[in-house]
Amino acid sequence: MNEHGSEGSSERRSVVVEKEFAHPPDKVWRALTEGDLIAQWLMENDFRLEVGRRFQLRSQPVPGWDGVIDCVVLVAEPYERLSYSWGTMGMENRVAWTLTPTAGGTLLRMEQSGFREDQEANYKGAMYGWRKFIGQLERVVEEIR
Amino acid sequence: MSAAAANSVFKALADPTRRAIFERLTRDGELTVHALTARAGVSQPAVSKHLTVLKRARLVSDRRAGREMHYSAQPKSLAPLVDWMAFYGVFWRDRFSRLEDVLERMEP
Repeated sequence: MNEHGSEGSSERRSVVVEKEFAHPPDKVWRALTEGDLIAQWLMENDFRLEVGRRFQLRSQPVPGWDGVIDCVVLVAEPYERLSYSWGTMGMENRVAWTLTPTAGGTLLRMEQSGFREDQEANYKGAMYGWRKFIGQLERVVEEIR
Repeated sequence: MSAAAANSVFKALADPTRRAIFERLTRDGELTVHALTARAGVSQPAVSKHLTVLKRARLVSDRRAGREMHYSAQPKSLAPLVDWMAFYGVFWRDRFSRLEDVLERMEP
């Protein structure tokens, strides 16, 4: 799996994760767009494949975070491209999925973009209380299984 | 977040007692000054003073109920300080591996 953008140059403002799956694009597409399947690997949701459709991704709330991500479907090109907005914690990002058929299956690329400079940790490595808070988010992530 | 606002957050959390108060509110939810004082190891006026600093940094909000003020943490104020790109890097890698499991289980 390749990962770019989450480290290195401060010019980059997106997180990219890419991976090839040994499954055809139509199957990967279903996992990305059917609510009960999305719930199995991402979060509980009321997703519907329809451009302009608002939906929520929901995880367990923690103090100070309601566990909700507000989304709108922006692009839906079957078996090729899917994108939605991603709003939570007062931040607005965009998540874009690209499916490319390969000899062995599908290359899946996820790009989460729209990180503003002031949303990044310009104050990285701070020894303050937010570490605990992030720890909670990670624990929530763990608990969704 | 403006530099001034970031500065006030840092100043607020630079003090270990305030950090402990903030972490406690993050963990336990809404609490009164009395409840906070019981474990802070400092006097109630001192706790109130710390709460004022936390409030000014928007790390804490208050609500009057009866005769007492109730305080709760506003961790959202920390969001601009969090390394979101690193967080989401870890998050999505984890989700990709779950996605693979889902694909394995799905009907062809």
